[in-house]
Amino acid sequence: MHTNVSFYRRAHEALHDARLQGALDLATSRMVSARTTAFAAFPDGDAVRDHARRIRAHTLSRLDHYLDRFTENVEARGGHVFYAESGDQAVEYIRSLARSRHVRSIVKGKSMISEELELNRALEADGMTIVETDLGEYVIQIGNDHPSHIVAPIVHLTRHDVAALFKRTLGATDAEVADIGAMTALARRVLREAFLGADMGISGVNFAVAETGSVCLCTNEGNGRLTTSLPRIHVALMGIERIVPTLDDLGVMLQVLARSATGQKLTVYSNLLTGPRRSPGEPDGPEELHVVLVDNGRAEVLGGELAEILYCIRCGACLNVCPVYQEIGGHAYGTVYGGPIGSVLTPGLRGIVPFKDLPQASSLCGACREACPVRIDIPRMLVALRTQSVTESPAWLRAGMSVYTWLATRPAAFRLAGRVGGAMLRWRSRDGWIDRLPGPLKGWTSTRAFPAPPKRSFLAKWQAEHAGRPQPTGDGANSTAGPTGNTPKAGAQ
Amino acid sequence: MVTALRRRVQLFVTCLIDQFHPDTGMAVVKVLNRLGVEIEVPADQTCCGQPAFNGGFADAARDMARKTIDVLSVSDAPVVVPSGSCGDMIIHQYTRLLEDDPAYGPKAAALAARTFEFSQFLVDELGVRDVGASARGAVTYHACCHGLRGLGVREQPLDLLAGVRGVEQRPLPECETCCGFGGLFSVKLPEISSAMLARKLENIESTGADTIVVTDVSCAMHMNGGLRRRKSRARVVHLADVLASTAAGGDTPAPHA
Repeated sequence: MHTNVSFYRRAHEALHDARLQGALDLATSRMVSARTTAFAAFPDGDAVRDHARRIRAHTLSRLDHYLDRFTENVEARGGHVFYAESGDQAVEYIRSLARSRHVRSIVKGKSMISEELELNRALEADGMTIVETDLGEYVIQIGNDHPSHIVAPIVHLTRHDVAALFKRTLGATDAEVADIGAMTALARRVLREAFLGADMGISGVNFAVAETGSVCLCTNEGNGRLTTSLPRIHVALMGIERIVPTLDDLGVMLQVLARSATGQKLTVYSNLLTGPRRSPGEPDGPEELHVVLVDNGRAEVLGGELAEILYCIRCGACLNVCPVYQEIGGHAYGTVYGGPIGSVLTPGLRGIVPFKDLPQASSLCGACREACPVRIDIPRMLVALRTQSVTESPAWLRAGMSVYTWLATRPAAFRLAGRVGGAMLRWRSRDGWIDRLPGPLKGWTSTRAFPAPPKRSFLAKWQAEHAGRPQPTGDGANSTAGPTGNTPKAGAQ
Repeated sequence: MVTALRRRVQLFVTCLIDQFHPDTGMAVVKVLNRLGVEIEVPADQTCCGQPAFNGGFADAARDMARKTIDVLSVSDAPVVVPSGSCGDMIIHQYTRLLEDDPAYGPKAAALAARTFEFSQFLVDELGVRDVGASARGAVTYHACCHGLRGLGVREQPLDLLAGVRGVEQRPLPECETCCGFGGLFSVKLPEISSAMLARKLENIESTGADTIVVTDVSCAMHMNGGLRRRKSRARVVHLADVLASTAAGGDTPAPHA
């Protein structure tokens, strides 16, 4: 996380990075149209989304209960569950597990929460070898990079970028990076070795099912399956909110997850893992299963006005449709979770003050809420966060807003201010436009002209046209006014 | 055209139309009068408070909300708002803002129930799609976000434009993508706002239309400001400006500047 550089600086750099702009255009437009097509062909899509939301809401209203059920069922099948209140506790548990089981090499499936915990770094410091097996995450790893999207980690890269990276870090030949198929085949060969030699597999969890103690993994590459069945130990890492009550509920969630993320009806592989290997004679499956439930600020969020953000199923649709994300990409946010979801989740989990810029980076257009499979009202929460951090607003804005509010609650003063302000703007204008607004408003005129207001406001014109006519009394058909009239109000000028 | 129902409404003209686009206010009145609707204009209206609300200034927003509720509650006539943003503010956000106010909470709910965005009023309340307008030229429609996603204004402006004789409607690519105005966002994050604007203007230019129709003057000001810098012939106008036009074979009206 590069929080030293400000959000504004990072956004500025992203906007001027032509390569990034090209990559973002390609990736987001593809994912947006895929989602649109998928839902257009999904006759009950809206009803299923409503149902999915109800499942999330219900689950979170009884989260303790479902976590208990889940734990009982995992343990009944011979698995272990560890509840980590903090990220550090989760990392500690996994480190000491790895040490005590003499783990040397680890393969990892995609897990955003492991990014949140900076798990890889901690394990590597202990001398473990970790290989990311999701192709996008693998590219991130060998490039010393960070994911820029919740579901598609390398949307900020083109295949040419990846080709160059493979040549540089893997010594790949031109033939081996000739196209995406070739690069995938190369990665597959490398990753095969890692899978076969790994002592431990660490995965994320798309959904945990309380009723059966199952962990559901959705991947397009099959790496989820290999990560969790070849090595002798499987560690499944999940936020405490990633749980559903029953397998039927899981079915509902799966109907909207892939459609929202990539436009697929289902990801290529949907794995349902219930407990470790049942008996020593079983040919595959880990000997041990450890599920690590991570709180790391989530329980706090549960009780408050941001609770709805925990409904999130990490589909990434909000990022794809967000016109801000489409312009600046994921790295500009400078946090593990970017885009609309990240702008609420990060301040929610970590506090608003260090992340106060994120909720400001939105025009509140609502595209995220419209795309969300569980209908999370992100704009509402962005405004709530802005309200929480309003005292951090710049001084000019706070002063300006006070003055504006004072005027807006005093109509005569408001009119006068309008006349005075209008005159000042017209004085500064040429041909009806102002090309430089002063002070903090100069951001407008950096790229846009600002219109000079006409001499007479609508209300002034209206008053002039309707002065002296009998006033209506507001009781509809009994009005004695002509075709139009004013409502009477003492003090109207 | 629908036969005249003797209806009476209040016009909440909105602070931006009042100051920057008064002719659009006149156009709204003209269209409604043509349909047999009488207009009251509460003289003390100022601002719905949305900029304060979106900026996180909840107390300021409440002050402006209470004032606006008072002004619009002298008469019990329905309220027509020629803006999706202000409409969404009054229709949805006032009740949220004032839910803990025992006096104004119910008043906010009562006001919300009789407030309508302009195009919704024409199509959904009056049942009118043809307002007797005629104009000329190619137009394209941009769907302003708060009206679209806040109020469900989707088909109504398109239906009304289809009823304008002489006008050729061209679809706007990415017509539901935000133009980048976002209120204070346009000056607090001007680079991102401008990048979004550039994308919108490229889409507009690709249609070849000279006139872009919107339901929010705020977005129009932002887009027109950009078009002016590009020295473009195209101009953004409010839907009411087009609907008020009856020039036989006349051009679609340009905004004031």
